[in-house]
This record gives sequence, structure tokens and C-alpha cells, in this order.
Amino acid sequence: MIPKLKSFGSMLSSVLVTLLGLAIVTFMIGRVMPVDPVLAAVGDNAPESVVLQARADMGLDDPLIVQFWHYLVQLAHGDFGRSVLTHNEVASDIAHYFPATMELATVALILAAVIGVPLGIWAAVRQGSITDQVIRVLCLTGHSVPVFVLALVGLLIFYVFLDIVPGPGRQDIIYEGMIPSVTGFLTIDTILAGDAGAFWDAVHHMALPVCILSYFSMAYITRMTRAFMLGALKGEYIVAARAKGLSLWAVVLGHAFPNVAVQLITVLALTYAGLLEGAVVTETVFAWPGLGQYLTNSLMNGDMNPVVGTTLLIGCVYVGLNLLADLLYRVFDPRVK
Amino acid sequence: MLTRRNFLATAAAFPTVSYLSLNAAMADTPNDILVVAQQLDNMTTLDPHVSFEAVGSEICGNMYQNLVKPSLENADEVLPEVAESWEASEDSKTFTFKIAQGQIFASGGALTAEDCAWSLQRVVSLNKSPAFIITQFGFTPENVVERIRATDAQTLVITTEEPTAIGFLLYCLSANIGSVVEKAVVEAEAVDGDWGTAWLDKNSAGSGAFTLQVWRPSDTISLNVNPNGGYDGSLQRVILRHIIDPSTQQLMLAKGDIDIARNLTTQQIESLADNADVDLIRKKQASLMLVSMNAANETLSNPKIWEAVKWAIDYDSIQKNILSGTHDVHQSIIPEGLPGAVNEVFFTQDIEKAKALLAEAGYPDGFTITFDHYSAQPYPDVAQAIQSDLAKVGIKAELISGENRQVLTKMRAREHQMILSAWGTDYFDPNANADVFCINYDNSEDAATKPFAWRSSFKDDKITEMAVAARDERDPKKRIELYVELQKYYAHNSPFAIMMQKTTTAACRKNVTGVELAPLPDGNSYAETTKA
Repeated sequence: MIPKLKSFGSMLSSVLVTLLGLAIVTFMIGRVMPVDPVLAAVGDNAPESVVLQARADMGLDDPLIVQFWHYLVQLAHGDFGRSVLTHNEVASDIAHYFPATMELATVALILAAVIGVPLGIWAAVRQGSITDQVIRVLCLTGHSVPVFVLALVGLLIFYVFLDIVPGPGRQDIIYEGMIPSVTGFLTIDTILAGDAGAFWDAVHHMALPVCILSYFSMAYITRMTRAFMLGALKGEYIVAARAKGLSLWAVVLGHAFPNVAVQLITVLALTYAGLLEGAVVTETVFAWPGLGQYLTNSLMNGDMNPVVGTTLLIGCVYVGLNLLADLLYRVFDPRVK
Repeated sequence: MLTRRNFLATAAAFPTVSYLSLNAAMADTPNDILVVAQQLDNMTTLDPHVSFEAVGSEICGNMYQNLVKPSLENADEVLPEVAESWEASEDSKTFTFKIAQGQIFASGGALTAEDCAWSLQRVVSLNKSPAFIITQFGFTPENVVERIRATDAQTLVITTEEPTAIGFLLYCLSANIGSVVEKAVVEAEAVDGDWGTAWLDKNSAGSGAFTLQVWRPSDTISLNVNPNGGYDGSLQRVILRHIIDPSTQQLMLAKGDIDIARNLTTQQIESLADNADVDLIRKKQASLMLVSMNAANETLSNPKIWEAVKWAIDYDSIQKNILSGTHDVHQSIIPEGLPGAVNEVFFTQDIEKAKALLAEAGYPDGFTITFDHYSAQPYPDVAQAIQSDLAKVGIKAELISGENRQVLTKMRAREHQMILSAWGTDYFDPNANADVFCINYDNSEDAATKPFAWRSSFKDDKITEMAVAARDERDPKKRIELYVELQKYYAHNSPFAIMMQKTTTAACRKNVTGVELAPLPDGNSYAETTKA
């Protein structure tokens, strides 16, 4: 029990150190960036007296180290400060924007994994065949064509010409303001509100952005799965298993795959973390009010409270997913037990 | 044994989601909702006495009324809005406004002179970014209760520090900052002496055509028709959606998912010119694109160099090839559409003349200079065109691209040499631009006011004097004449090459009528808009 507590303690402290480092670096970058944060607060045309007043109010006259200390004290109280641009608490802004991103990311990752992993296995088993070639071209396209091109072409084909998906945004205009925000996840909120029409509307709106994001992620997952599987299939135990008369798929799924599953967990965790940062480009094209847009817009305006707050959140996401991956290792890898 | 065939069969058996079957029939937007796609970021508040950005001002303009409003047909005329009449005293220091009877706010409360007085007192006491438009008449938090007061329910008396041209005062009162808010409602929401700003940020208390239902930053603004606001079209709501990408806006317009696209690019506007389903509503905005030369730089302090640069630029070709849908050539400091604007073309490209001026200035072989510009289109294209024009006379401009705020920060710190940027006018009076471009009393680093001219270290006492004289002239006709004279002189005697004036376009579906655009964003209105 004691060693377990100890290891938990050291893990916790390393997480805290990571986050503190992240806060320091982000804060300092924000303050040395050649953008005056006062501009976002008062606008370019404000008279000098107002500018000076705002600078003092925002504490920007203090030395950097004092500003940072104030910020840390504030953070320690669980206060991320206010956004200059939205006038909201950063925490409440994040609570609004993050679910939008998370909803997309989660569905996109599941879709990407469900399609990507089998494709990768299939390509590895049929290495060199026409199947393998087709899958590889598919992956190369997904990974190398810029997302905004995929997104715009997707909109053009499926929204404008075929008319089978709705346009950009999270919901149809008729549902605007009808669904009370409880969790921020529109699919969940619509179920809570008991509005089936709104639920399907939300699902429809997610369809295309999810497909674009998951195609992009799938390309990576498939490639990695294929590479891992090729390595595993070369093992002597595979030859032995086949020699004993087991069917090809029994060997592939029963013997080779469990060995690559552990590596795949890392790939999936990283892909998910990447998606959770918010895909600025996808969000822009699909008018999706997510974390990526929030972060970018704040950064462009030198609005540092949201930038640091969002960065810390993304830091937590990475740390959290890392921990989750570690835990899953224990489940899938007998050696770790 | 699992062969390829039974693998495929298994896969096909998985339930596949068919969007085709789930998809509800998509129709055009409902007739009582106007859906607008617009870039809604860079907006910090919807409190009309704090808001100082284009989009925020526009939304406020749709929710609030002012004492008076400028006429869009005749720039020299001021129309009554909340006030039905006004008069100035002999000494031009006391102005009496009669507030029309029977006006009511969205809440149902009566709109009286007390609301008008309190609103202006609130402006002065809060002293936010746009407050100078009102405080420049000598109001301070200490004296405002005395100098702006309601003598009865229908009479508002304003006393200025100095004798004031009534036109100047009226135009300033017509700006967004002069919005009349409902005293009883806003006062009830005040916390810790904030005059209700925290509340009015995201709520409304006006008498305009619309009320604010909800504003979710960088997402949606939803306006409801004010039942007491006199709106009589088909609409019940106006929903503005934050759609950043102009291509997305165009696709949604084509599909009928939105009624109006507000941020289309030059190429997109051109492609819609012959589209039978779309009307293009266009209006020149009081926003100028210009090159500033920092006079603190030795080379750029020479008036002959200013002239050389102005003669070197090919304005027409830049307008035709890069900015045809979004800008027109305009070369004086007061934009077209505002009182007193001079629309004369002072400069066209003349390479020989520019070269001769350079030689006279002592730079027969030109010089090298840095040239900052915004990174968002069309600025990079325009900067490149100017770069190649300048190269023809021997001036080598090194382009430095930066995010909007980054470029502005550099300019405000006077660290630039040459810069391509934009300037938007604050209120509907020639003094708005003349003030910032001309009046600079103190060029020092810690000057009390840092007008636009200061940013390029430009201080010319004659120009300052001319601008002050025009501002204070009480005879309206003479005042305009002074401004005309000032603009002509300024064009040839300043380090600013004013190049273009912005035109804004609202691309509307054919069934939408009555969208009104104005030179200043607070005049852009949906109050007459209706859908068939």
C-alpha cells in the first residue's frame, strides 16, 4: 500500500510540475509576443488616456515576474481569469467551446479506429497485393491532402451537389436557442431535452466534419497498424502457429494482433489528444465553435488568459490520456502486470 | 475458415448509417427569421457606451436609438430620431433638445429626457474607448450632471465648455456612443458602481427595432423584434452566425441556408454579379487604406520623398486588379459619404515625376526601406503591387507581413518605416478623421494624446491650425469649405498616401429586401428588412 501511495504521489507531483512549466512558458511567450494586449481590450482608435488606464487595470504596468506571480495566485484559487474578448470567465468559455470539440473528436476517433485498425491489419496480411496498394494510396491521400481542401471539397460534394448533409454549424437555425445547454455536448443536451428532431439534426451536422477528421486520423492509424502488424507477422511464433494448422485469421487476430495492440494504444491516445486540441481549420470551414477557434482568436489578439487556460487544459488532456494509456497497458500487456 | 469472401460478408452485415434516410427535407430559412453569416469575432461587448468595434457598433445600432441620426441621402443633413427638434443658444454653448412625446422602450417604459441625460452621463462617467466623442465638448464626471440635464420630461439641455458648431455636436451625438439606454432598467442591474456594464454587455435596454436575445461570443448573436420599436416587416428574429470562412458563407448562401453573406471576397462578389438569386447591396464605408511613412526616419521625413512615393503608386491598376469588388480609389482624409469629403484624384502613377522628385530630394538612385503590412488578404497583394511600383523609381521596399494586432502594435510604438494599414472613422463628422490625421500638438514619446499622425511622427503646425479652425467654425457652409481646403493641402503635404476607400457588400438572397448599409457600421440596419 505504501509504495503504491508513493508512486501515486510522485506521479502527481510530476504532473503538477509539467503543468506549472506549461503555464510559465505559455505566459512568458504571451508577454514577450509583439502584440499589445490592450489593443484587444480598447480597440485601435481609443485615445491615449483610455489606453493607459486599461494598461494599468490589466496589471500590465507591473514587472513580468509580478504579473506572473499574480497569475499563479489566481490559478491556485482555481481562477483562470477573464477573457478580454468575450468578457467571460475563461473557465466558462472553455466549458462552452471544449464540449463542441470533444464531441467531434470522440466520434471521429472511434470511427477512425473502427475502420483504420482493420484496414491496417488487412493491408499487412495482404502485403504487396492490390488490396494493400489501394489502402496505402487511400492513407497517403488522407494524410497529405490539407484538411481544409478535404473539408471544402466535402462540403461542395455532399452539401451543395448531393444535398445529403446539412451545412456548416452545429445545428439548424430552427433549433437555435431551443435546446438548453446542460453538458455542452449537443447530442447529449438534445436527448436530455427530449427533442428527437434536434438530436438527429445535431447528428447530421456532425456527420461531415466527423468524416473529414476521422479520414485524416484513420490514415495515420491504418499506416501505423500496418507497420506494427508487418513486424509482428514476421515472428517465428506466427510461422509455428500456422504450421500447427491454425487458420490465417485465427493466427492474425489471435496471436499477432494482441502483440501490436499495446503499441496501438499509444497511437490512438496521441491521435485523440491531437483531435482534442481542436482542429482550427476544420472548425473554421464548418463554422464549428470549438476550442481551436477560441485559442487561435485569443492568440491573435494577445488575449493571454484564454491562451494559458486553454494550453493548460490541453496539457491536462495529454497527461490524462498518457495515464489512461499506461493503465490500458496493464490490461493488454501481461508483462506489465 | 475466414476467407476474403466471408470477411466482406461480415463487414456488410454491420449496420451502416445511412444519412440519406435520416436526412430531413432541407428547406430555405423560415420567413420570419433572417439568417446572416458574418465574421463576429473581435467583438468584446454589446454595451453601446463601451463598444468600439465595427460589428459591435452595428448590432448596437439595431437595438438603440440616438437623439439624432445622419441622413444617408444627404450627408450634410441631420435627421431627428428620439429628439424632434433642437436649437442652439446665441453663444453656441447651450443646446436644447425637445424629446418627442409617446416614445417607449422595449420594456414598455416611457422614453424621457431623463433617460437621454442619464445615458450621456453614463458615457462620461464610464469613460471607455469611444467616450472622447462626447467628452471632447468639455464634459467630465464631475461636471456632467450639471452640463447634461433634463429640465423636464421632454427637454434636454446640453452645455458645452467652448462655443461649438451645432453640426459637429449633432454628428457626435448620432454616433453609437450617443445611444439612449433605459435608465430604470440599467440602473437596476448596476453592481459595484459599474453603471450596469457587466449586464449591458450581453443584454439590451433600448428603443431600437430589435432587442438582444442572446450573444454567444464567436458563435451566434440572436436578435428579437422589439414589439415597441415600430418594425413592421415579416421578421420575428434576426440570427447572425459566426462563419469565418468566406467560401463557407458563399456555399451556404447558394444553398439558401443563410439569407445574407457579409464577408465575401472580391472574387466571390464578382462571381455573384450575374447571379439571378442574389442581390448585392453595396455601400462605401468610412474606412481608408493608406500607406504611412514614419517621419522619424531621416529619409522619410523629406516632403519630396512623400510626393515621390505618392506619384509612384499605380492606384488604378491596384484597384482594378486586386480590389475591384471591395475598394475604390480615394485619396483624401475624409471618406466619401461624410460631410465635406473631397473625392478628387490628386495622384496618378507618373514614374518620371517620381524619379525627378527623388533626385531633387538627393536620392537619384532611390533607397531601401522596410514596408509592414497586415497578413490577411488583400493587404499582401496590395503591398506587393506597391513594392513593384516603388521598384520602378528605385525604391527598394522590403515587405514585412504580420498579424493585424502585431502590425498595429509596431505602428503605435513608432517602430515602423513604411506601413500599409487601414483607418476606420469613428463618427459622422469631418473632424473625426481631421482630428487624428491633422491635430498633433506634441510629438514627444510621452505625449498626452497620440493621434494617428503621432504614430508616424508627423506634426505640422499649419495643418493643426487649419483643422482646429475648421472644427470650430460655426457657419456650416464655411466649415465645409475649410475642410475642403484642408484636404487639398493635406494631400500634398503629409507623409500619408491615402489610396483606397472600402466598399462593403451584403450579398442577399432575392427574397430579402430593405437591408440598409451606411458609411459607418452603426448605421447598418435591418430595421426595414423583410422577407418575401
